[in-house]
Amino acid sequence: MSSRRSRSRQSSSGRITDQQIDDLMSKLQSLLHEARHGSHDRASAAKVLQDTCSYIRSLHREVDDLSERLSELLDAAGASSAQAAIIRSLLM
Amino acid sequence: MESKSFTTGNRDNPNTDLHGSKNMMASHFLRALFRIQQTSTSSSSFAGRSRRIRRAAYASMAYSAGARRAWSRALLRKLRSRARLRFPRRLSRTARPQRRDMDQAQVLRKLVPGGPSMDYCKLLEETADYIRCLTTQVRLMQTVMDSISSYAHHPMIP
Repeated sequence: MSSRRSRSRQSSSGRITDQQIDDLMSKLQSLLHEARHGSHDRASAAKVLQDTCSYIRSLHREVDDLSERLSELLDAAGASSAQAAIIRSLLM
Repeated sequence: MESKSFTTGNRDNPNTDLHGSKNMMASHFLRALFRIQQTSTSSSSFAGRSRRIRRAAYASMAYSAGARRAWSRALLRKLRSRARLRFPRRLSRTARPQRRDMDQAQVLRKLVPGGPSMDYCKLLEETADYIRCLTTQVRLMQTVMDSISSYAHHPMIP
């Protein structure tokens, strides 16, 4: 990999950036390449895997969090306006 | 906040072939949300409804990838068996020792559906696809949330 950027990991409540995912993807790809071709940089592989695990956990948490917030919204919004908003989303 | 459409607004990534699956994911999820909203009464619990929404999220992901992926097949099996959808939450208590990558691969196997039966190469491939799909699902949910909240504040005149 050519550049190593240090950045704060995942945003806790904010949006996932394309940059973050691209970075992780290229790391995983190079790890896969290493695995297939027998070269084995153990230290960095461990780090990439660790970051990957953290990232997946944070995505799981986001799904949980968004599920709760959607649940609140569906309740608060009232039946017809929530349904209308959902239908509207379908048409986007 | 982004206002661009979920299905067409994202930057094109030649590595993902999510286009058709994105639409499928969105329509599946929204229809599930609709059903949940309709069958939800004032007496249904908040936790119950959250769980149903969460389940719908993972179902949409699994259906969008279909039988093409080991992780989605494993997830579909889990969903159909109606078992509780659970992913390990806690980090290992042993803080952060220098783990060999094989141990970390074991940790990863628990996080990716179907992980335990995958060899290392397969695990990495499936992980990449799983993450892409998860990210797409999260963005979908954010978009839906934005849409519902903005509608609630600025309802269209009928």
